[in-house]
Amino acid sequence: MNHLLKNVRPYGESATDVRLVDGRIAEIGTGLPEGSSRVHDGAGAVLLPGLVDLHTHLREPGREDAETVATGTLAAALGGFTAVHAMANTDPVADTAGVVEQVWRLGREAGHCDVAPVGAVTVGLGGQQMAELGTMADSAARVRVFSDDGKCVSDAGLMRRALEYVKAFDGVIAQHAQEPRLTVGSQMNEGVQSSLLGLTGWPAVAEEAIIARDCLLAAHVDSRLHVCHVSTAGSVDLLRWAKNKGWKVTAEVTPHHLLLTDDLAATYDPLYKVNPPLRTQADVDALREGLADGTIDCVATDHAPHALEDKEAEWGAALPGMTGLETALAVVALTMVETGRLDWRSVADRMSHTPARIGRLDGAPEPQGRPLAVGEPANLCLVDPGARWTVDPHESASRSRNTPFVGRELPVRVVATFLRGRPTVLDGKPAPA
Amino acid sequence: MKRHLLSAADLSYDDAILVLDTAEELAQVSERTIKKLPTLRGRTVVNLFFEDSTRTRTSFELAAKRLSADVITFSAKGSSVSKGETLKDTALTLEAMGSDAVVVRHSWSGAPANLARWIRGSVVNAGDGTHEHPTQALLDAYTMRRRLGRLEGLRVTIVGDILHSRVARSNVLLLSTLGADVTLVAPPTLLPVGVGSWPAQVSYDLDAVLPKSDVVMMLRVQRERMGPTGEQAAAYFPSAREYSRRYGLDVRRVATLADEAIVMHPGPMVRGMEIAPEVADGVRSTIVEQVANGVSVRMAVLYLLLGGSDSAIGSPS
Repeated sequence: MNHLLKNVRPYGESATDVRLVDGRIAEIGTGLPEGSSRVHDGAGAVLLPGLVDLHTHLREPGREDAETVATGTLAAALGGFTAVHAMANTDPVADTAGVVEQVWRLGREAGHCDVAPVGAVTVGLGGQQMAELGTMADSAARVRVFSDDGKCVSDAGLMRRALEYVKAFDGVIAQHAQEPRLTVGSQMNEGVQSSLLGLTGWPAVAEEAIIARDCLLAAHVDSRLHVCHVSTAGSVDLLRWAKNKGWKVTAEVTPHHLLLTDDLAATYDPLYKVNPPLRTQADVDALREGLADGTIDCVATDHAPHALEDKEAEWGAALPGMTGLETALAVVALTMVETGRLDWRSVADRMSHTPARIGRLDGAPEPQGRPLAVGEPANLCLVDPGARWTVDPHESASRSRNTPFVGRELPVRVVATFLRGRPTVLDGKPAPA
Repeated sequence: MKRHLLSAADLSYDDAILVLDTAEELAQVSERTIKKLPTLRGRTVVNLFFEDSTRTRTSFELAAKRLSADVITFSAKGSSVSKGETLKDTALTLEAMGSDAVVVRHSWSGAPANLARWIRGSVVNAGDGTHEHPTQALLDAYTMRRRLGRLEGLRVTIVGDILHSRVARSNVLLLSTLGADVTLVAPPTLLPVGVGSWPAQVSYDLDAVLPKSDVVMMLRVQRERMGPTGEQAAAYFPSAREYSRRYGLDVRRVATLADEAIVMHPGPMVRGMEIAPEVADGVRSTIVEQVANGVSVRMAVLYLLLGGSDSAIGSPS
């Protein structure tokens, strides 16, 4: 079916109509005739390219009680995403062509949004032996992003080899920067709060030391490094330095690190336990600044669903992680748009164009993160900029409920999402197939 | 008073003084032949100990029994906890049994705070991980006040593994509420990052601080904090010998204290490590008194949390 989006504002700019035909943007202009198209009145909603997440945990295979590819991608669609990168720390680990193809295929079957599997850097995330990165790259899943996320590739020699090796297929190593010896038993940001709460600290230096090392390694072998979930002001400084050198270093920040701070740990509610941990207000300010000036390239959710029993526990026994697909755009609007740091065109850059480019989805057979222009694939998300809503975890499409934004009022709401011209979300609800 | 006692910070100045005064009153009971009051008859106090602690467990048990409460003690070993039951399930079970107060000791910081969200009764933190141990701080303050007659302006020096010490955290908070001046002395590796924000002075030099102390509180240093480096954690200091030399309280150091100064230790002690046996058993030592005072202070806490408003020991008979 063809669709006509009336009175929408591409990138939040002037209102126009947009017609979608055969999965592509066929026409953009005011007063387009309805013809045979199904008409959607945008009522001045902001039209963005479908969002692309570089960092999603879909938990399948292995922890289908926490999330499946189907439930996670539906949550993604409701959050305005048309593609997500599925992290490799499943059980079994996504370290072979077999597992990445399975995850990719489950995504196609569910049909809510594209799934780009991330391949593990090392076998079993063990940090010892390089996984078959080339085979995963050549598989139907076309893996380009490799990460041991959840664990750091801490061995400098192995990291160097991995960075070098992926150059053959234009891959990128997405590093979970956490020096393991500095974070033994760590529970939260090391600082004033951890000293009072008696929780073992996760110092900023443990992230920054790895980022500094990896930037130097990436420069040395002239390869692409992507830094996952940057969380400290010092990391932003290091990235600015590496970028000034012209090195191929990119970085992401999560919505929760743009908003929340480590004083929330004082509740001992493991809802606020995450890795890397929530930091201080000074870090939050530096991250917002870095995202605004482009030092941090993109926003990635690090959507990390967990079963109830893994969160309803003592802080130390609970698993780290927060859901985030359905709240990402709203939190970015709250922290970056409402504060005047980003306009909608920049939001599209940080949440669609750039992450797609880092993951090399912009040039894939079914491209993502393309501009809003005639002839481009109709991967779109329509946002009501005036809406305000209160986060209720029980309304989430995710199988898990661990959102740290529970009870918060957030701005902007995704009204509709289109994947190659087909609505996956309409009126803020899953679109009937 | 708040409904729970999770942190020494839960106590205002007036609350803390009320606990100490009530304990003073209740201590008279311990001197009687029949050491029992009917105050908490019909109330149920549950001791929930996920971590071994003979001293604190028996102290709470005795305190509750002297107030005539029904006391149930769960130890992690031999209870359903060791079968993988969660803290929440344990809490709900206790709730269903109608407990009025739960005294909890747990190896994870914050577990009492978690528990307090799931049950209606009062929760008393009897030591959680490396967080706090508020009744220890109360009994320490009680002991200081008894021995030295005041707390305001008292110079209290706490020596040892501050980083991992729940006793130190609760003492710093409570003593600052009560107007004492606290100095923490430790090797820098055993002080938390962020200690600068605490209401206390910090020193690395025990000898310099001792002559200016009215109270010296020695903390136990656990074996696993020492070298050589384990697989998981780097050592915090090179050897027991060096620790003892720099931070141990021996006879020579005690001689530099002011005449009235007292020596405290929350126990269990490592004699010859942080404290010399002669010092532990010396006239300045309050170590045995602290144990006795613990019962009175815990009686006061249970009595006040469970709604005591009249005189704790009733009208004189």
